[in-house]
Amino acid sequence: MNGLRRDLVTATSAIVFLTLLLGIAYPLVTTGVAQLVFPGTSNGSEIEVDGEVVGSKLIGQDFKGLPRYFQGRPSATEYSGNVTYFNNLGPNSRELSDFFAEQLAAYLKRERRYDPDLAAADVPADAVTTSASGVDPHISEANARIQARRVAEVRSLPLDRVLALVSEHTDGRFLALFGEPGVNVLELNLALDGGAAK
Amino acid sequence: MAQGWVQIVVFLLVLTALVPLVGSYIAAVFRGDRVFLSPVLGPVERFAYRVLRVRPGEGQDWKAYARSIVVFSLVSWLALYLILRTQSIQPLNPEGFGSGPWNLSFNTASSFVTNTNWQYYGGETTLSYFVQMVGLTVQNFVSAAVGIAVLAAVIRGFAARSGSALGNFWSDLVRINLYVLLPISFIAALVLVSQGVIQTLDGSTTFNTIAGGTQTLALGPVASQEAIKELGTNGGGFFNVNSAYPFENANSLTNMAELLLILIVPASLTYTFGRMVGNRRQGWALYAAMMAMFVVAVAVVYVAEQHGSPAQHHAGVATASIEGSTGGNMEGKEQRFGIAQSSLWTAVTTVTSCGAVNASLDSLTGIGGLVPLANMGTGEVVFGGVGSGLYYMLLFVLLTVFIAGLMVGRTPEFLGKKIESREVKLVLVGVLVTPLLVLFATAWAVASPDGTQSIYNHGPQGFSESLYAYMSQANNNGSAFAGYTGFVQPNAPGNGGSEAFSFATLLGGVVMILARFLPMIAALAVAGSLAGKRIAPAGAGTFRADSPTFVVLLIGVVVIVAALTFFPAFLLGPVVQGLTDQLF
Repeated sequence: MNGLRRDLVTATSAIVFLTLLLGIAYPLVTTGVAQLVFPGTSNGSEIEVDGEVVGSKLIGQDFKGLPRYFQGRPSATEYSGNVTYFNNLGPNSRELSDFFAEQLAAYLKRERRYDPDLAAADVPADAVTTSASGVDPHISEANARIQARRVAEVRSLPLDRVLALVSEHTDGRFLALFGEPGVNVLELNLALDGGAAK
Repeated sequence: MAQGWVQIVVFLLVLTALVPLVGSYIAAVFRGDRVFLSPVLGPVERFAYRVLRVRPGEGQDWKAYARSIVVFSLVSWLALYLILRTQSIQPLNPEGFGSGPWNLSFNTASSFVTNTNWQYYGGETTLSYFVQMVGLTVQNFVSAAVGIAVLAAVIRGFAARSGSALGNFWSDLVRINLYVLLPISFIAALVLVSQGVIQTLDGSTTFNTIAGGTQTLALGPVASQEAIKELGTNGGGFFNVNSAYPFENANSLTNMAELLLILIVPASLTYTFGRMVGNRRQGWALYAAMMAMFVVAVAVVYVAEQHGSPAQHHAGVATASIEGSTGGNMEGKEQRFGIAQSSLWTAVTTVTSCGAVNASLDSLTGIGGLVPLANMGTGEVVFGGVGSGLYYMLLFVLLTVFIAGLMVGRTPEFLGKKIESREVKLVLVGVLVTPLLVLFATAWAVASPDGTQSIYNHGPQGFSESLYAYMSQANNNGSAFAGYTGFVQPNAPGNGGSEAFSFATLLGGVVMILARFLPMIAALAVAGSLAGKRIAPAGAGTFRADSPTFVVLLIGVVVIVAALTFFPAFLLGPVVQGLTDQLF
């Protein structure tokens, strides 16, 4: 029993000591250093336009199907930044399959007005599937190239100019090797709005 | 897909190159040697011993070591449970979240103390910054340190020439936290912040979006928790969608960094083992066995996910790779990670007991979803949890030595020590407890109405979800087919009410605790029994355990035990879905 009592005392002081070190000192020191050295990223990589926050570089937004904007991927959470969850439907789910069919039809309907030859086989997988985060900031390059025709026509811009903006706002692979390239939709739309297109 | 394969191979080469470096450093920490951080952290270490009133050199036998662990974990559990239950009166709660209900808090406390990090809650909608830091971050560190400490003790048992001492738990606990987990986490957290992972104590921020809506972003001290969440193979996300969320995993650089953090300690410990038992080949042999099984896992899930899902094919969605798009099953995956990085992540986090996710596992293809289940079904011995993966693997090594001994009719021995009846019995207890818990809990969960209310998907996927839940909790992994719920968020769709399901939370909690501590105690008992045995010099008739033949045998035993246990269950869920194009 003696050993047990000694263990209880030691365990309690260990938890108090380790909590102070790992639960308070470590996160607070990390926060202090992060805020000092990386103030932008540690606070959420916010983008400001004319002094107003309009979004985060890392968090996608709902562009509500507005034709003048590139549209992000389908989202299970309507691009919520404070209540996140997956779609969670399985690979053989009828509900999921119906959802895909709906998304595909809507995508084709929207883009065929500007690109009558667009076939279902041309629509990339990311355009009709929900992302994991619900706020995926990116779309694939193929997806962006399809949407570029619509945006160019609605904004009366040369297609080449819009495609150039697309490549400008494409985040490449890390070391040109890891991950997949993605077009940052919010930054691209802001560039279009901000007159970068002129 | 070539691009994807290259990513995976380069990653594995980088990992392998780091193994000897980190492995010998950890060996020095285990031995109590001075390391390059000693001038800075030595005073903190000595201060800790004064506070704890322990003498670091005072050895404990296996029973004393195990008792210290059990008592420490019990005190940890009580502390965390109290913190969860009193959230509403604590500081650093900018969103004003209430305290957790008793059954959910039971599950969460059991989950974090056992290094599982199974989550029946969504972090950003449930927990204050105070609870995340003072409750969960602390357990992320110390539960990992407990696993590593047990391994240190087990290795000492294998290496000892006489006596019964396996080291001092309190000293191991302090040194592992101070010299391994804390410094790496601190550096890693800052690297993550530099790339976009957030680290702030400010409350959420709301703004008008450019298309004329509003968006509220939950914030918090994420990077400091993210770093140890990966390094300690914990896996519990600050956000509900875990490492899929850009504020936890901002780009492909952070993705690679986090993957490296997850694997570095469990992989390097094989080298530590080889070094401490004086046979580096033995360490590499274990590494090779693990790597071989891991490579198969990655390859299968990658090919399966690239193929796409029946739901996509029925809807006429293109799944082929085209110029500017990877194609494949992108449902529940992030564009910046694509199929390759999501597949690699899924394999890494389920061979280790990390359980973090960067994609929705519930939406993996049938065969893609079989891989994480099978990875966990091996008992998490392919790298596995920090410390726990290797001590569990060592049980399998002894089992293999025993079976090989039976086949050739020789007394089984490992590292010059005879393996006798007592060790083999303990090994069997250690190896069989977890699978039995999985099957028992899953059977109960799918056969009772209390259990089935947690299920989200129809058809075989509903069974897979249930199996996954108990497989993950029993193997202290923590990843989920996340449709399976024990506590539906008040503002999420399909809300089952703001009450937790007592069945799911309690059964899961009990399973996590039993499956963590019973094999752990069995491993310590084996080490205690080996410690006093004489080391016989290897002779011509010795069956060498550091040979390629042994690696193949070991893989065979691991795979056969898992297959015999789980094959029928796998058939009912993921395999059915992998074989059919039918929708449910």
